[in-house]
Amino acid sequence: MKSKTILDKKNFELTISRLCYELIENHGDFLNTALVGIQPRGVPFAGRIVAQLQRILGKKDLVLGNIDVTFSRDDFRRRETPLLPKSTKMDFIVENKKVVLIDDVLFTGRTVRAALDEILAYGRPAEVELLVLIDRRFSRHLPIEPNYVGSTIDTIETEKVKVEWEEIEGQDRVLVHKK
Amino acid sequence: MEDRATITDHLSTNHLMGIKQITAADINLIFKTADQFKEILSRPIKKVPSLRDITVANLFFENSTRTRISFELAEKRLGADVVNFSASSSSLKKGETLIDTVNNILAMKVDMVVMRHPNPGSCIFLSKHINVPIINAGDGAHEHPTQALLDAYSIRERHGSLKGKKVVIVGDILHSRVALSNISCLQKLGAEVMVCGPTTLMPKYITSLGVKVEHNLRNALEWCDVANMLRIQLERQEIMYFPSLREYAMMYGLTKEILDSLGKKITVMHPGPINRGVEVTSDVADSDSSIILDQVENGVAVRMAILYLLAGTIKREE
Repeated sequence: MKSKTILDKKNFELTISRLCYELIENHGDFLNTALVGIQPRGVPFAGRIVAQLQRILGKKDLVLGNIDVTFSRDDFRRRETPLLPKSTKMDFIVENKKVVLIDDVLFTGRTVRAALDEILAYGRPAEVELLVLIDRRFSRHLPIEPNYVGSTIDTIETEKVKVEWEEIEGQDRVLVHKK
Repeated sequence: MEDRATITDHLSTNHLMGIKQITAADINLIFKTADQFKEILSRPIKKVPSLRDITVANLFFENSTRTRISFELAEKRLGADVVNFSASSSSLKKGETLIDTVNNILAMKVDMVVMRHPNPGSCIFLSKHINVPIINAGDGAHEHPTQALLDAYSIRERHGSLKGKKVVIVGDILHSRVALSNISCLQKLGAEVMVCGPTTLMPKYITSLGVKVEHNLRNALEWCDVANMLRIQLERQEIMYFPSLREYAMMYGLTKEILDSLGKKITVMHPGPINRGVEVTSDVADSDSSIILDQVENGVAVRMAILYLLAGTIKREE
């Protein structure tokens, strides 16, 4: 299996900073905004975004949650073993809030669809936006598009995009594995 | 919380007959999944669509309020369709056999069965004749696995882990399916178990289960971290096993005085329904030592986890 690095450490940091400034443009002081990482791989990304926003804005009271979409997925019982849930941590209600869903890779859009369902269990948000680090374009199964994109790439279905995090894999980078 | 080595990614069984048939890894998987369902139950909208294409039949050949409602809520909160059946209003009275009754219900495309039946082993019997997942909701004086799981889950929630915890089960051990399931569940999770009650309510070979036996409530309470006070099941007692309820309450009833005199804090449990003033007095049942209502709350989450994991074994017809 061949791997190609498409985002190294330096570009990784630059990309996250740029995404933060784009968020600030639309959300200002974040008083009515909740940032929600999608389990499992959107959670470290959301943590990174929030840490960076806190540094830029000099404030600590950003609302951050993480959400697990296992129970709302559309492929339950299509696999050999049941999908097992990760933890959800949402200690706020999204009623009338602006919600930014955060995930590492946007591929078919099915995870995001499930996340939209899950979010509704916490109230009716004023609006929901989507922020992703990598957008694998032309591969969507559903009409879902991101509002903030770190990097857009073209891949074929058999390729696998892996975002690695310093806190999990030891370094920040994005790889494309070719079969 | 659990030892990583003792958890699995899927259940080792297609049915939940009893605790005897499942492993410690299965139990830990159920608990870990239940943690997530517990979070769902604290949301404004307490429902997920995981089982929306599944129909579950609750077959209650014996009366039940709490267990039936708990199962029904668990099923509905997973999005399943639910049909309820109770023996008092069924064709069993017209002479239909158990297999015929169940097969007739399954013919209407039911995917899972939850069954309570007065005969021990009825679920195991049924599982040999039908091929949908069956969950035992109590079979006679044999097993009541979901109660044991929610009890152990509630202890884990209060104490962090079951390992090395000392649990005493007090009362009518002879007629109790809760006791039997609890003993094997607690032992599988590494807890020490003692049973306590009058000699007449002790099964003859109870020590073969590897439990301590005690007939004095005070000694038992001084030994334990958790006391599970079982209900006196007058409906299962065909003869008098003790002179009077009042005498039982004096010998084995848990009062605030005894609890306060122990010099340590123990956790008090009861599978319900409580006979207030018999197994436990009102002030104990309502005290902060008691996790009786937590048990009821956890019951729904644990049952959701079991339904979810077992439903994962049903293959969708493509």
